[in-house]
Amino acid sequence: MYRIRFHGRGGQGMKTASRILGSAFFRAGYEVQDAPRYGAERRGAPIFAYVRAAREPINERGVIAEPDLVIVADESLVGIAAAGVCQGLSERSVLLINSHEDVATWTHRLNLAGPVLVLPAREAVADRAELPFAGTACAGAAAVLVGVIPRDGLEAAVREELGSLPQQVIDQNVAVALHAYDEMRDHAGLVREAPTRSAKDYEPPAWLEPVFEDARHSAPAIHAAATSVQVRTGLWRTLRPVIDYDRCNKCWWVCSTFCPDSCISVTDDGVPEIDYDHCKGCMICVAKCPPHAIGAIPETDARDAALTGEPS
Amino acid sequence: MSRELLTGNGAAAWGARLARADYVPAFPITPQTEIIETLGQWIDAGDMPGRMVTLESEHSVLTAAGAAAATGVRVFTATSSQGLLYAMEMLYTVAGWRVPFVLVNVSRGLAAPVTLESDHNDIMAARDSGFLQIHCATCQEVLDGVLMAYRLAEDERVRLPAIVNLDGFYLSFTREPVDIPDPAAVDRFLPGFDPENLAFRASQPISQAVAVLGGSPYSYFRYETHLAALNALHTYADIAQDFAAEFGRSYEAVENYHADDADIVFVMLGSFATKARDAVDRLRASGERVGLLRPRVYRPFPADDMRRLLAGKRAAIVVDQNLSVGKGGVLHAELASVLYGIPKAPAALLSFVGGLGGRDISAEEFFEMVTVARQAIADGVTPPPRLLYTEDELRELRKLQAVAEVERRELGGKR
Repeated sequence: MYRIRFHGRGGQGMKTASRILGSAFFRAGYEVQDAPRYGAERRGAPIFAYVRAAREPINERGVIAEPDLVIVADESLVGIAAAGVCQGLSERSVLLINSHEDVATWTHRLNLAGPVLVLPAREAVADRAELPFAGTACAGAAAVLVGVIPRDGLEAAVREELGSLPQQVIDQNVAVALHAYDEMRDHAGLVREAPTRSAKDYEPPAWLEPVFEDARHSAPAIHAAATSVQVRTGLWRTLRPVIDYDRCNKCWWVCSTFCPDSCISVTDDGVPEIDYDHCKGCMICVAKCPPHAIGAIPETDARDAALTGEPS
Repeated sequence: MSRELLTGNGAAAWGARLARADYVPAFPITPQTEIIETLGQWIDAGDMPGRMVTLESEHSVLTAAGAAAATGVRVFTATSSQGLLYAMEMLYTVAGWRVPFVLVNVSRGLAAPVTLESDHNDIMAARDSGFLQIHCATCQEVLDGVLMAYRLAEDERVRLPAIVNLDGFYLSFTREPVDIPDPAAVDRFLPGFDPENLAFRASQPISQAVAVLGGSPYSYFRYETHLAALNALHTYADIAQDFAAEFGRSYEAVENYHADDADIVFVMLGSFATKARDAVDRLRASGERVGLLRPRVYRPFPADDMRRLLAGKRAAIVVDQNLSVGKGGVLHAELASVLYGIPKAPAALLSFVGGLGGRDISAEEFFEMVTVARQAIADGVTPPPRLLYTEDELRELRKLQAVAEVERRELGGKR
């Protein structure tokens, strides 16, 4: 059985990468299991996804503890212990990092027993706006490294998994995936299926019996204040409310009172201000404003404007 | 028929679509939301003729589902975890109405603290409601289970609502190859709902069990519900036979994986049982005679099947992915009650609690459970129940507690 883990950040397409690789394996006649794993986090948080592929039905489930291949889309995750990038790597597992730095640097830095490869991150790929391609590139590289997925099978899998996107975007993704496939061709088949480990001479789990501890310590309480301010729920927004201050009649209370997330504050002069770090874009203020002074624009437009330096 | 990669959620949605569900009252909750999103997209696009209504809570969803089923249409809905508990009052109520429909529950641990991952305390909370329960171990079983659940719920020998349960993440978000059957074949297996006397109409009002009755009539109606649930056992056997004849997939009430010649048997529910299958394969390869029994039908409880299949075994290892606080694993207690006093019951009935909140169970832990069972057989002493939890896990937890401790001190709180 092949066991492969993809590590990235929410929004970089790790789930899609696992699905592209899963579909490519499935097309090559394999039984497949692919799944993302995340908590309540959204964009930017470390997430991972995994793929199992075998010639027989797969009974193993859950997180892959001993991967044959680990692919890291975002090199900044390597230093974050909680991301668990290097978890379970052995002398026979391959680590592939999407990075600007070279193999020698990473080999020296990580001091791993197994092979380390670098998928060169091009400027276009490293650019924030181009991040969706990171997942496709990783899937393309994985497809060649396992050695059993043909180039056209990869292309078909990309087209299948991205089917709902505009044709031009699909074509770009196909090009990125195939480029990564070709780029790593020298290492085709480097990743091998691990032999099934015997139930004989297994390492027994270090079980322990939890003991009673009083509720001051064993109740799940967080003692720091205002931790929810740290969570930028504004990243969830797809529509952005925008105040037209020329139309605002400085009523001082309607929008700020109706905002269910307390994201609109009013200055002493009666001017409302929206906290975009936490506004989820529910649009209640847009509906409630008596002089219709709050409009709505797609969040993507606002972000594009911010990236190009134009005012939103 | 086509074979495609589907998540457990996608498989549940396909089940509802192929069953030609007329009405889908819905409320989102992780990890169930993909089910109603998928159905919503199909209904919007005209790929599925049913009607979806989004309501303001799971309590209302269950009320709407029960009321719609009382009109004689085929109803599908889905929820998870806190949502199932929020609807709990109506679970008992609509089961008492004796209206058939299918509710998919995506198992997720209950707060507090919060987790999004699988754990069976939510579905166990619905255990005594009058809903039938089918527990799935694969995405294929989710799709097939929905189709079988309609047949079972609607059968005149039963007529009760049914829950099809799948595990959050481990099935809900995990894609596996799934055979999507031909609609014509599904229509043969599951014809349109014949509602018999269920014909609630605006012009023909019916009061559903609103009279305040004393204990004596209450006892009658409640026990009739119980008898209907018990009827579901042999009814299920008939339906499983029809299903196998139509689709070639065989689903007995209890999955029997190499249990016949085993002397030690795992007993588990849900998708974690496939991990046990994997462990059984590897243990057998090294000469251990072990097997797995997995109740697919959990309500009604397949008591006779479990007695027959466990007779003569030396030990049964029950792994509960739930915890009845102040008692222990629920499946273990139920199994003990059906095995007590029967000849040839396993001498050792071991209890392990594992997989709470989606915590993984490793192959080595399955191997070790067998080692513990062998020791119990040799000693003639059954060890106390054990939580699957390791020293490393406690060490990780201590780090979190240390952070909490520092914060508490910085804030001047009591130590």
